[in-house]
Amino acid sequence: MSLIDKVSPARETTRAGERGPKRAPFLTSRRRDALTGYAFITPQLLGIVGFVLFPLALVFYYSFNEWNVLAGTFKSVGGANYEKLLADPQLPSVLAATTVFSICLVGINIPLALLLAVLLNRQGKGITVFRTIFFSPVVVSVVAWTLVWGFMLQDNGGINGILQTFGITGPNWLRTGPTAMAAVVTTYVFKNVGLNMVLFLAALQGVPSELYEAAKVDGATRWVLLRRITLPLISPTLLLTIIITIVGSLQAFAQIAVLTQGGPGLSTTVLVYYVFQQAFEFHHFGYGSTLSLLLFVIVLVLTVVQWQMRKKWVFHEN
Amino acid sequence: MKPAKTLTGVTLLAAVSLALSACGGPGPAAAPTSAAPGSVSLRLTTWTADANQLALFKSIADEYKTTHPEIKDITFDSLPSADYTKTLTTQIAGGNGPDLAWVPESDAPDFVESGALAPLTDTFKATPGYNYDDLKTDFAKLWTRDGELYAYPFSTSPFVMFANDDILKNAGLPSSAELKAQGKWNWNDLSKVGAQVHEKTGKDGIIIRDFNYAQPLLLLSLWKGWGASPWSEDGKKCTFASPEMTGAFEYLHEGIFGSKAFPGPGTSPDFFAGGSALTVSQISRASLLKNAQFGWNVLPLPSGPKGDYSVIGQAAMAALQNSKNPEAAKQFLAYFTNPDNSRQLAQYFPPPRTSLLNAETLTATNPLLSKDQIQNTVIKSLENVPPKPQHTSSADLASKIKVALDPMWQENADVPGVLKSVCTAIDPILAV
Repeated sequence: MSLIDKVSPARETTRAGERGPKRAPFLTSRRRDALTGYAFITPQLLGIVGFVLFPLALVFYYSFNEWNVLAGTFKSVGGANYEKLLADPQLPSVLAATTVFSICLVGINIPLALLLAVLLNRQGKGITVFRTIFFSPVVVSVVAWTLVWGFMLQDNGGINGILQTFGITGPNWLRTGPTAMAAVVTTYVFKNVGLNMVLFLAALQGVPSELYEAAKVDGATRWVLLRRITLPLISPTLLLTIIITIVGSLQAFAQIAVLTQGGPGLSTTVLVYYVFQQAFEFHHFGYGSTLSLLLFVIVLVLTVVQWQMRKKWVFHEN
Repeated sequence: MKPAKTLTGVTLLAAVSLALSACGGPGPAAAPTSAAPGSVSLRLTTWTADANQLALFKSIADEYKTTHPEIKDITFDSLPSADYTKTLTTQIAGGNGPDLAWVPESDAPDFVESGALAPLTDTFKATPGYNYDDLKTDFAKLWTRDGELYAYPFSTSPFVMFANDDILKNAGLPSSAELKAQGKWNWNDLSKVGAQVHEKTGKDGIIIRDFNYAQPLLLLSLWKGWGASPWSEDGKKCTFASPEMTGAFEYLHEGIFGSKAFPGPGTSPDFFAGGSALTVSQISRASLLKNAQFGWNVLPLPSGPKGDYSVIGQAAMAALQNSKNPEAAKQFLAYFTNPDNSRQLAQYFPPPRTSLLNAETLTATNPLLSKDQIQNTVIKSLENVPPKPQHTSSADLASKIKVALDPMWQENADVPGVLKSVCTAIDPILAV
């Protein structure tokens, strides 16, 4: 309690002629501060309740029900959707595709973004142009970007045409499992690597130059500079980019819907696409909700694990 | 902490209330047909965005409004065809379903069995001049349950073979009419034609339109030539591994990876842009040839090892049971599909009415097609042909078939083995 609150009863006044106990004003300084705070967070809070918590509660509720949209029936099925989840013969393939997609995406995106940021973290003629070029795919429509890549990746498309000029017969990229996964990952990486690059660039520019100068005087090589100075000092940004890239990889949808529709077979059917298929193509809204909860739990666990692990490698966190 | 607890309580209460209200029963009761003037709005979802077709629909709707003052407006909502059913069901799930909707044949069992569609028989029979008995029973079968019609199959369009005679000529081959006259209008001979086209011109030979290695059920237009079907007549047993189906797939696989008569996976050829010599497609696609820069012809499907056959594809128009104005929707549907309007619609969609399925009517409404093409291709292909086999859970089935068939589209595929795996994948759905 603040000093003002403690003394406020003593400062209360009564109207002339009125008797009785002195009442504290409702709007104390502390309450005013609290209300102001609530007023600021209310729009965000309403958004979170309306568009995150409420749908999440509904998804949890739907997962114990089966909703026949056409018949307009809604009935409780208990844990049947969870039993179906455990017995779903396609789910292991879907989870395997999701894991491969996420690992490849993070494994390529983060080092590539860091490399680009290190290369572009210098002053010089035309450097801004290069930064813009690498960032520009981020602002391009994801569907337009993917459609163009789809044409390029066709059996008789642009990429195989280029390979043909070197006497190489390219694969039918989108029709075999490994190449289809490689194509989807590459399309996604090139689309989004610019965002991580900009984050790394900002972090790199915050590293004090005198640290490099001192290390150079001590004879440090470029690799030592990167390992001993750069990486530790940008590790908070590294943590951020890894978290958002992993979460983003688990939400990748448009590239798969446009390029492969989850095929061939189930080779590119990642979990979020499977959720979409079950709910909106097959009208299994209850089972789709159960799969959504599985996705939610996976994202939550991965994020918590990374958050806990930060103490071991993120600068200033231990 | 008290305010926080209160806030949590209010939030939960709101969430539960909203959840319960979202899961409640259907909306308000149906408005009577004797509704107040200007009180009824109707919305019909379609997958066509063709300006001419929409203009025709609007003109029919405008005429209807002149005699029905209760109708305020009738709108035609064009949804993207690729996501049509997904969008429609999402609208229904969100309580924003249309009053009337086009329904693709693949979804017929799901829509009819679920009770989502309003029964139409009594309304149609009670409409003066409707001539209900004019509807061909075969064509209405897919949309009928227990003697009750639930949707009007406004488009009953046969699958035919379109031919680009210029490409055939450039490949040193006879025209399509000559091939037919020489008795070579069968899949075996056309495979050789397709292979020669590919070899001589670099263009594609034969395309099963829209199949694109993603919609295997469209191959029915080929399978039927071998007498093959995806499942038994009662829909309970998978027949992908049958000798007939194996023969059809061995032919197709050889045509794709051996002779190259069919374009392989991962390409997007288009007959209507002059990209191939032959294509199987529905006759309603003839409108795409309006400005064709090449000589073309349209012929019945080629015969297969089991002889001549036909395949039709349907689309129907239905009133939704959960419409706010189901009676008004049914009455408008009766007007929209009466004999006069069906005659107008016939210029785009072959009608299911016996009285209109003749060369005179169809020639008058389809200026792109000759009387001979109408008689010997369109009308002949509509004789004694049942609709394609359909099944409930069509999207789930189609997805599982596609996934299981994907290994087929490799050069060294084990054709019988892949077909057996299709049955393994879909038997649990068929058994339900």
